[in-house]
Amino acid sequence: MPLLLVVAFIWLPTLACVALSFTRWDGIGGLADIQWVGLRNYEDLFVGQPAFGRALHNNVAWLLVLVLLATPLGILFAVLLDRRLRGSAFYQSALYMPVVLSLALVGFIWQLQYSPEQGFINNLLGTNRQDNLIDWLGNRDINIWAVLVAAGWRHVGYITLIYLAGLRSVDPTLREAAAIDGAGEWQAFRRVTWPVMRPINVVIVVVTVIEALRAFDIVYVINRGQNGLELLSVLVANSILAEAGRIGYGSAVATVLLTMSLVPILLYMRRAFRQDAA
Amino acid sequence: MAPSAEDLPGGLTRRQFLGGVAGTAGLLAVGGLAACSGPGATGTAPPALTLGSNYSDDVPRRAMQAVVDRFSELTDVPVVVNTVAPQAFQDRISAYLQGTPDDVFTWFGGQRMRFFADQGLAGDVSGVWSSIAAHHTEAARQASTASDGNQYLVPFITYPWVMIYRQSVWREMGYEQPATLDELVVLAERMRADGLVPLAFGNREGWPAMGTFDILNLRLNGHDFHLALLEGREQWTDKRVRRVFETWRDLLPYHQAGALGRTWQEAARSMIAGEAGMIYLATFAGEQASEEERDDLRLFHFPLLGTPYDDELALDAPINGFMLSPRPAQPGAARAFLEFVGGPEAQGIFVAQNPNRIAVATDADTSGYTSFQRQMAQVIGEAGRLAQFFDRDTRPDFAGANGMQGLLGDFLHEPDLELGPYLQRIQDFWDSLG
Repeated sequence: MPLLLVVAFIWLPTLACVALSFTRWDGIGGLADIQWVGLRNYEDLFVGQPAFGRALHNNVAWLLVLVLLATPLGILFAVLLDRRLRGSAFYQSALYMPVVLSLALVGFIWQLQYSPEQGFINNLLGTNRQDNLIDWLGNRDINIWAVLVAAGWRHVGYITLIYLAGLRSVDPTLREAAAIDGAGEWQAFRRVTWPVMRPINVVIVVVTVIEALRAFDIVYVINRGQNGLELLSVLVANSILAEAGRIGYGSAVATVLLTMSLVPILLYMRRAFRQDAA
Repeated sequence: MAPSAEDLPGGLTRRQFLGGVAGTAGLLAVGGLAACSGPGATGTAPPALTLGSNYSDDVPRRAMQAVVDRFSELTDVPVVVNTVAPQAFQDRISAYLQGTPDDVFTWFGGQRMRFFADQGLAGDVSGVWSSIAAHHTEAARQASTASDGNQYLVPFITYPWVMIYRQSVWREMGYEQPATLDELVVLAERMRADGLVPLAFGNREGWPAMGTFDILNLRLNGHDFHLALLEGREQWTDKRVRRVFETWRDLLPYHQAGALGRTWQEAARSMIAGEAGMIYLATFAGEQASEEERDDLRLFHFPLLGTPYDDELALDAPINGFMLSPRPAQPGAARAFLEFVGGPEAQGIFVAQNPNRIAVATDADTSGYTSFQRQMAQVIGEAGRLAQFFDRDTRPDFAGANGMQGLLGDFLHEPDLELGPYLQRIQDFWDSLG
């Protein structure tokens, strides 16, 4: 029975989306109005409007920044906090505060910081005059990175939260034993804590990949994902939830996003099955 | 749009004094209503008319409520208003119209109306037009007419895209309104020397730049070419389109830097605060001003460019109005409501409460207009040809965020790009929508 629900609510829409990606339909009229156009929508991804290429680039950049910077930083903070520093409650509250906020809200907050003349950042840097203005959200050479700072601001706290919970569950005697055996701080972490934390590490990787692929709200509130802030998810939304839907085109983008999501999912599943078998 | 800052005159006319006005109901063609009141009607109110409205900001929402209250007062028909934020309303419009739409709903003129009317998603209101035609110009009728020659929109309010400035600032600096492009450039140079940003500009949302494209194309190539281009009857690779971007490119240095990261509200505020000398924007810029500041705002037509089309003195004056559900539950009441809002009284009530819009009806009561509204009416009255706005004069999927908004962003990001391949990309995009 639960299996039927999964099929009905997840696999059927997914397959319908793939099927729609080979059609042309503006969302008006019944199924009879749908035209089959073969690979046309996939060809159109590369025609005229370069939004798709930029979206692909930005999604990859998002993934890399989270994997290489934000997530390791979150792990580092968790390890530091685990040592029960003085004022740990203060640091923790600061790190967790952004996690409570939705990404849309994070977008609103950072928009105010990045605003050209009135924003905090340009006023702090003194770059709010016409001749030296830094256009954080409008200059497409830098705006995706500015947004990634905002997204990372929240992601770091999120990872810290999960990782710290994991660290707290590691048996402290393990590390004591390592210390008695003469292991340094770094060695104890690498040889003892890290292997014990393996299940949590997998969760962290999965969470990071999911966060990168589902990124949407923050750029949507800033400018509906245009002018350098294109993301695949926004491209899907702008194509399908619009006055005149481009359902086929949007479905083609969604299919690309699906294919990208399948890679980490399949890797994870293969691993999980192999462990089960072992 | 951002919440408006205006202080409004207090108490609305609610329907407390309903009793005495039953007689005036005869003014409206409510004959059909008797039939709707259903069996066993023993003086009970007729069933409610439903209105889908995207007037969600505080000021317009209250103004709309005042109009609705007056209608109920006159006809005794209760109206249920379902208000949705504009962006959500627009994004969901096609699902809304294919579901069970309200009897009447707010929408826009031009292609944006035609797109839905031509697919049978809206009701024909030619009948309503036969009784409201006397209140409207030919331009308003055209903006309300779909491809089959019938009307599908009842026009309500409008506003012009114009040059706007602070009179007190200009007086102090001794600036004069430029009538031609050369005069504009001279003035802009002077403003810059005086430490002002000549032209405030914010295009974070993607659509404000469409206003600049429109006026340059209207001035350089004329109203007919402009509409033909936006309707796909002319090519984007045409050398006339190229001239628009070349002219724009020459003007960009006088625009505020960093426009792609600035909202139109921030740009309007920098003009109102006296940091920028002027702005080319629709008069909803006035929403960012206090009442006192708004009285200081002055408007003028975008300068002439020395082409044969100068005489047209064209501008964008988008019309917002009402459309009818293809299957209204209360057809009689819906028709009475549309006749009411298409006429001078309802429009007068609305614009008295919302000082950044004016009535479309030519005989609406303008005695209560603020100086800002009087100027809006004057500028539109002087214009020879009216366009709606880029995203209302073309197909919706072409104008969208990942369509032309993004493509105009490409030009603003890199004004020196090769125009040939750029215009070809726009044409390819149009063709891909097929």
